[in-house]
This record gives sequence, C-alpha cells and structure tokens, in this order.
Amino acid sequence: MSRFAADLPADVVGPQRGTREVRRYGLGYFLHRYARNRLALVGLWVVLGIALVAIFAPWFAPASPIKPDFGNLLQPSTATHPMGTDDLGRDVLSRVIFGTRTALLAGVISVGIAVIAGLPAGLLSGYYGGRLDDLLMRLTDAMLSFPFLVLALALAAVLGAGLDKALIAIGIVFTPRFIRLSRAQVLGEREQNYVEAARAMGVGDGRIIWRHILPNSISPIVVQASLDMAGAITAEAALSFLGLGTQPPTPSWGSMLNIAQAYLSTAPWMAVWPGLAIFITVLALNLLGDGLREALDPRLR
Amino acid sequence: MSWYLVRRLLLTLPVLFFVSVIVFSLINLIPGDPARIMLGEEASREALSALRKEMGLDRPRYVQYLLWLNHVARGDFGRSVRDGRPVLDTLLLKLPVTIELAVTSLVVAWVIAIPAGVVAAWKQRTALDYAATTVALAGISVPNFWLGIMMIYLFAVNLRLLPPSGYIEPWIDLARSLKLMVMPSIVLGAALAALVMRLLRSSMLEVLGTDYIRTARAKGLDDVVVLIRHAMKNAMIPVVTVMGLQLSGLLGGAVITETIFAVPGLGRLTVDSILTRDYPMVQGVVLFAALAGARTE
Repeated sequence: MSRFAADLPADVVGPQRGTREVRRYGLGYFLHRYARNRLALVGLWVVLGIALVAIFAPWFAPASPIKPDFGNLLQPSTATHPMGTDDLGRDVLSRVIFGTRTALLAGVISVGIAVIAGLPAGLLSGYYGGRLDDLLMRLTDAMLSFPFLVLALALAAVLGAGLDKALIAIGIVFTPRFIRLSRAQVLGEREQNYVEAARAMGVGDGRIIWRHILPNSISPIVVQASLDMAGAITAEAALSFLGLGTQPPTPSWGSMLNIAQAYLSTAPWMAVWPGLAIFITVLALNLLGDGLREALDPRLR
Repeated sequence: MSWYLVRRLLLTLPVLFFVSVIVFSLINLIPGDPARIMLGEEASREALSALRKEMGLDRPRYVQYLLWLNHVARGDFGRSVRDGRPVLDTLLLKLPVTIELAVTSLVVAWVIAIPAGVVAAWKQRTALDYAATTVALAGISVPNFWLGIMMIYLFAVNLRLLPPSGYIEPWIDLARSLKLMVMPSIVLGAALAALVMRLLRSSMLEVLGTDYIRTARAKGLDDVVVLIRHAMKNAMIPVVTVMGLQLSGLLGGAVITETIFAVPGLGRLTVDSILTRDYPMVQGVVLFAALAGARTE
C-alpha cells in the first residue's frame, strides 16, 4: 500500500476543507477508503449476513434439512414451507439455510489450502530464483493449461466422491494462481531499497521474506483470495451438481440443483432458490473482492 | 523472429512434459488396483492378470509412463473401457460438436460485449455505464448451471419457444440445429461476455485518455468515427490477445453446458467418462483439453 500522497489520485489527496490532517495509511484509512464504495459495503454486509446464517443455521431453519416427510412431497410455497418442499418432502428453505454451511466451508477451506500451499512456494521461488524456480514455473504453467473445471473434476474423480475430497481438489486447482501471484510480488519487492537495507544490516533471508516482503506484497493476495472464494463456491456447487461433490442427504446448493433438474416442470421452486442463493453469495463476494482491490490499491480504478 | 519461435517452442516442451506427467499420475493415483476397478469386483483372476499385463501394470512406474507416452505420441490413447472403441476416435468424433458450440458462444459473447464495452467507456459514469457494469458483474457471478436450468424453465417449459435440450448436426436440419444451439450458446457465452466487456471497457478508457484521440477530436472528426476508427482499433488488442485463454475457459464451461443441454461434445464426454469410471477415456479427454489450452509465458 502506498504511503505517499503523490501516488494517490487527485480526488483522494485533494484539499480537505476545514478538516484536520487525515492520515493516509494504516487500517483506519483503508476502512475509510473501503466504506466510500457503497457496493462494496453492500457486499460486505451480505457476506457477514450469510456467515451468521451459516453459524446459527439450526436457529434459522424452520424444519429439519434432512428428515424426509412423505406426506408433503413437492409442495409449492405455503406458510409453513415458504420455498416449498422437495422430492422427499423436505423444507427447501431449511436446506438452503443449511447449504450456506457447505458453501462457506467450500470457500474458506479450498482457498485456505491454495494459500497455505501456494504462498510459501511462490515467496521462496521468487526470492531465490534459479533452477527450482524455473521448474516450479513450468509446473504451474502445466497446471494452468487444464481448463480449471476439467482438472477439478478429474482430481475429484480420482480422490472419490465427498465434500472433503472436492474441497481438496478445488484447493489444488487454485494453488498455481497463488504461487504465480506471490512470486510476482516478491520479484517486484526483492530489488527495493528497504530490502537492500535490511540485507546490508545482516537480516537473515527468512526474516526478510516474512517480516519485510510479505507485509508489503499481501494486498493483491488478499484480493485474489476473496475473489477465489467466490470461484470456489461456484466450483463446489458445480462438482456437486455433476454428482461428485457433496453426497446426499447433506444439503448443498449444487446437489439440490442436480435433483431439481428432474422436477423442473412440476416443482420449479426446487431449482429457483438454491441457485439464487449461489448467485447472491458469489455476487456479494465479488463485490467484496472488487471493493478490497480498490481500497488496497489506489492506482487501480 | 525464427529464433524467437524456436525459443518459444523449447519453452513449451517442459510444460508439455509436466502436463503428460499430471495426466498419467491422475489415473495412477487412484487407490487400489486399476484393473480391478475397471473390471469390477466379480472379475476372474485370469481376466485381471490379463488386463494387468495388457496395461503394463506389472512393470515399474517409469516404464509404464514411457510406454504410455510412446503410445500417446503416436496417437494411440488406448481403448475405452465402456465400448472398446479407440479413445482417439471418440475424441475426434465429439470435437466438432464442441468447436461448433465454442464458436457460437464466442460470437454471442463478442456481439454482446463489444458494443457494451465501447459504450460503457464512452459514456463513463452515466446510467448506461453503471447498467452495463452491473449486468457484467451479474454475468460473472451467476453460476452457469443455474442460468441454464432457469432458461430451460422459462423458454422451453413455460413459453415453449425453444426445445429444452438435444443436438442435431447443422447439415441435417439447419433450422432445428440453430434453435437447439441458442440456449447453450447464451449460457456458455454469458460469463465470457461479462469478462470481455470489462476488459474492453478498461482498455477503451485508457485509449480514450491518450493524446492521439484528443488530436483526432480536435481535428473536428465525428465522435463515432473517432470511437470506431481510432479508439477501438487499439482497445481491441488486449481482447484479441487473450482469445486463447477465452477458448480454454469455454472448454471448461462446455463441461457444464453440454451436460445440461445434452449436447454430445467433449464436455459431456468428460462428465460421462468420469461418472462411469472409463479411465482411459478420462485420461484422453483431459490430456486433449490441456493440449488445447497449453500456455507458456
């Protein structure tokens, strides 16, 4: 993040009429910049709301998301079942509510795997360079050659069906992006004066990477992580939709859509709500990511 | 120039090597005996050992890899477990269908994205710009499988305007073929349209701020002429350079689109072969997809 007013666009730096000197760095300034973007704020609130629903799902859900009710098959919207019931008589609203857990888990775990695996690899590879760096770059090139969903599908098929395996597969597929991104960041920072200075003072490589380079290159990685959470949620839903991710009866928006296809003409509500839930969640995360990018990098507009 | 090309090709070799290792490992990472997985639990001992021998499973891993690579290099991708036909034949049979879908989707995407991107940049910070960027953000966020299902519900189930799914070759029945391709092309093209529109908008904004555009305007040229003859020519460069990436993305999206709309292309083949554990076919189709999208810096 830039600490120099000269690097900021004029409308940010512009005269602050009748106000005291505003600090142009640090968390407070970042929050100020973020809050100026109204859409980004909406995204943040929606994501927080979805997280609350996921945590307190048993309190929000009016019925069991799993127990079948054979007296109420494929019922349209009523007072007790606002989103109708599915092919096993289960309350669609309750399944959508519990589905938030699967979706957020998918976002956090698979991006977590990708960051934990990709960030150190990229930092070290960029800092030391050499043969290992070349090798790693060709490997990431190779992984990025596969269309992302095709590789995720193939990995999920090899690992076997199940949510945990799907998340590992998605995490592996996302890893090369974080390797490339953190490596590019290190390459930019490595030659900066402050790194040179630290090295001249006899600071060790590990400490330079961890304490000096990482904090200065983290913002694009945070942005990428938030955008990739949206991608991971879509990917989990896609795998479950194709029958490889979450297995029944666990509620997942993707597998709900898979079943809904068969009842499209008789019970369209089974398809409408889970899909809308994915759409809103992904849209909110994309707004959040775009907002973070604008707030963290003043040069990008 | 020729030296540059040679260098590029040499840089591709290690990437292709890793691609082949990944594809080979995919199948070999499966826990358990591939022969037993393919033949099922009830297979006889003789059949198992025959298949193992045929697949070279009794030899060391690196020998297996080299043998496999040797076959693949000569165009022998093995035989499908499901129908016994050579994998390559099936791939080549399905390829034109996916190419047809990819081309129509690319057309849909560009027809929507190019005017939208140009207008959004030209009328920056107006209602038109906000509308275009909001729709683009929605296009990036909407899951394509849901978009597909909702379109089938609206246009096929409710309005009965279009057939819900299926495929027919254009030279057999052109009208019906086009009708069948409308929804898949829109579903596959939607995300791409959103991406291209955002890309074009930002590159247009950059170009519109340059001196030569100001000069052209100062000469008294008509706005539309400046926009199309001068600005668009340069703003299109980034859009065209990422066409390879766009095609690779289309191939990934085709997996979902072809499954929903029952289009018998490579995407649908990928899903079918994975769900039926037809591993030689999985290997073939995944390798095929990677070679199509192989990238180097």
